[in-house]
Amino acid sequence: MTTLDDPYAGSRETTEGRVYTVTGGDWDQTFGADPHEDERLVVNMGPQHPSTHGVLRLVLDLEGETVTKARVVIGYLHTGIEKTTEYRTWTQGTTLVTRMDYLSPLFNETAYCLAVEKLLGIEAPPRAQTIRVLVMELNRIASHLVGLATGGMELGALTAMTNGFREREMCLDLLEEITGLRMNHAYVRPGGVAQDLPDGAVEHVREFLQVMPERVAGFHRLLTGQPIWQRRLKDVGYLDVTGCVALGVTGPVLRAAGLPWDLRKTEPYLGYQSYDFEVPTADTSDAWGRYLVRMAEISESLKLVAQALDRLEPGPVMVEDKKIAWPAQLSLGADGTGQSLEHVRHIMGSSMEALIHHFKLVTEGFRVPAGQVYVPIESPRGELGYHVVSDGGTRPSRVHVRDPSFVNLQATAAMSEGGMIADVIAAIASIDPVMGGVDR
Amino acid sequence: MTDGFRRGAFGVTGSGDTSGFGGLVRVEPGGAVALHSTDRPYGGWFDEVTDALVDAVGEQTWAAAVPRVLVDRGEITYFVRREHLLTLVRALRDDEALRFELLSSVSGTDYLDSGGPDAGPGRPRLHVLYHLTSMTYRRRIRLEVAVTGEDPHVPSVTAVYPTADWHERETWDMFGIVFDGHPALTRILMPDDWEGHPQRKDYPLGGVPVEYKGATVPPPDERRSYR
Repeated sequence: MTTLDDPYAGSRETTEGRVYTVTGGDWDQTFGADPHEDERLVVNMGPQHPSTHGVLRLVLDLEGETVTKARVVIGYLHTGIEKTTEYRTWTQGTTLVTRMDYLSPLFNETAYCLAVEKLLGIEAPPRAQTIRVLVMELNRIASHLVGLATGGMELGALTAMTNGFREREMCLDLLEEITGLRMNHAYVRPGGVAQDLPDGAVEHVREFLQVMPERVAGFHRLLTGQPIWQRRLKDVGYLDVTGCVALGVTGPVLRAAGLPWDLRKTEPYLGYQSYDFEVPTADTSDAWGRYLVRMAEISESLKLVAQALDRLEPGPVMVEDKKIAWPAQLSLGADGTGQSLEHVRHIMGSSMEALIHHFKLVTEGFRVPAGQVYVPIESPRGELGYHVVSDGGTRPSRVHVRDPSFVNLQATAAMSEGGMIADVIAAIASIDPVMGGVDR
Repeated sequence: MTDGFRRGAFGVTGSGDTSGFGGLVRVEPGGAVALHSTDRPYGGWFDEVTDALVDAVGEQTWAAAVPRVLVDRGEITYFVRREHLLTLVRALRDDEALRFELLSSVSGTDYLDSGGPDAGPGRPRLHVLYHLTSMTYRRRIRLEVAVTGEDPHVPSVTAVYPTADWHERETWDMFGIVFDGHPALTRILMPDDWEGHPQRKDYPLGGVPVEYKGATVPPPDERRSYR
């Protein structure tokens, strides 16, 4: 008893309620009837496809192997994180935003916290700022390595994938040691960071810095000089500076078009102006240039990590203001990381006021004076902007994320129309979108 | 929540706070959209940009287009009437003294129950925010357009900034703000046949019907909580 009123989704009544059958088998009716375009083929690529860089769906109009029209369909990973932040405290927001662009979680956390701090009119202590730079640059290396690895895999260079993930794992081990988690850290908090660097972390990061330059050279030996890799990337996904700015594209894609626009240099935050690093650019405006820019940025981030380690001075990692700073300090116990026993002893045994304070701050949270701010930072994919509105309450009134993946992905059509279908893959891989950030 | 006061956890009026904890920060109802306007001089390059903008669009248009300007936390916001939005963004992009080449972000905000002057139905509760960046001068400004929930129409800026395409689709999807002149204003994150606009403050939130000892979990906005 299937009804066919709806050509896309026939439905029938069952004891469990109405059941829809989504067939999508109407392509011949929709497109087969056009006698003038008998060469035209519409290919639906994704959202479950190993080469679309995540749950991205492409609707491609093909003439032979040439793409005449590329349409991008997103939303398959929409989780309503922006809305959810409105029902959680300002501190809990960190845990939510870190899950947006899951390959650069620490950038999400830092941008969000910088926005909250700007609303509060406070600044994290110097050590916390340096730690933020340290973990963000480690995260940038990890993110670029994944971009390289998955991009390589999508083009058939499986060794790039295995090697990229191998080195990325080294970054994640360090981040796990520092923050407690490999991803989704919730480590950067409004007012500072959740905890100080553990013993041995600095030494382990230094060991990583010793190893990494040789590994980067290995990537150059493996890929940069390789003719197949070059021919897959050169002159593919072309987008010049004018096109980038018109489409709002930032990050490595814009820098590969020749514009050295990096917010760490142009609008410095967290003291980036005092670090010594270069902004790599290329002048090819294609996927090849983007690959070279990302490789060079890995090396620059290594320099930044080394400098951040050198300038780590002892000091607090959270603001002094006890009305904002998270009351407990974490410590490593026999059963894993948790609240420090000293703090528990203090609030449970000796100070009722401290207990009340802890309870109020954790359950109710702090209030943020009403107003709105926009804070942009340079994430591995471009300008990551947080527009945060407070109405004076204990929760955000609105958190909007200008995610660079979301904006950059708009360039897909401009990059791939008129090219070969195989080059669509290379073009999207060179944008390096993260669907968690695109769909939020 | 429309009378401008917050209600506490157990239905009490005021902040509901007996510990004094909540009194640490003075809550200004609707501070984000407070009706006051910042007086000149704004300070820094804000005056320079404003003067250039007045020159570019003309004194008369300026007076009609921008009823007020707010400088807060080192950011400048121009509140723009929607009829003049396109004139303004065109001047902001093309004028040599302004050169806001990049539209960083378009987003919406719903002030339905913020307690401010724009709160409540029938008021201009829906705001569209445009964050513009000048790469030449390294400056950032914000334009804010307010519309009512009954007439949520704003002209599309896609002709001036092509990047606004997806931003405006998202704002339509989430807030139901119609961008007139957009080439294809369709949903982008929610399914095509979705009803309602989820980030509006009066969008009904679904509770999770998880039963535990006879009780179910209510939607987040109906749970007992601090405000």
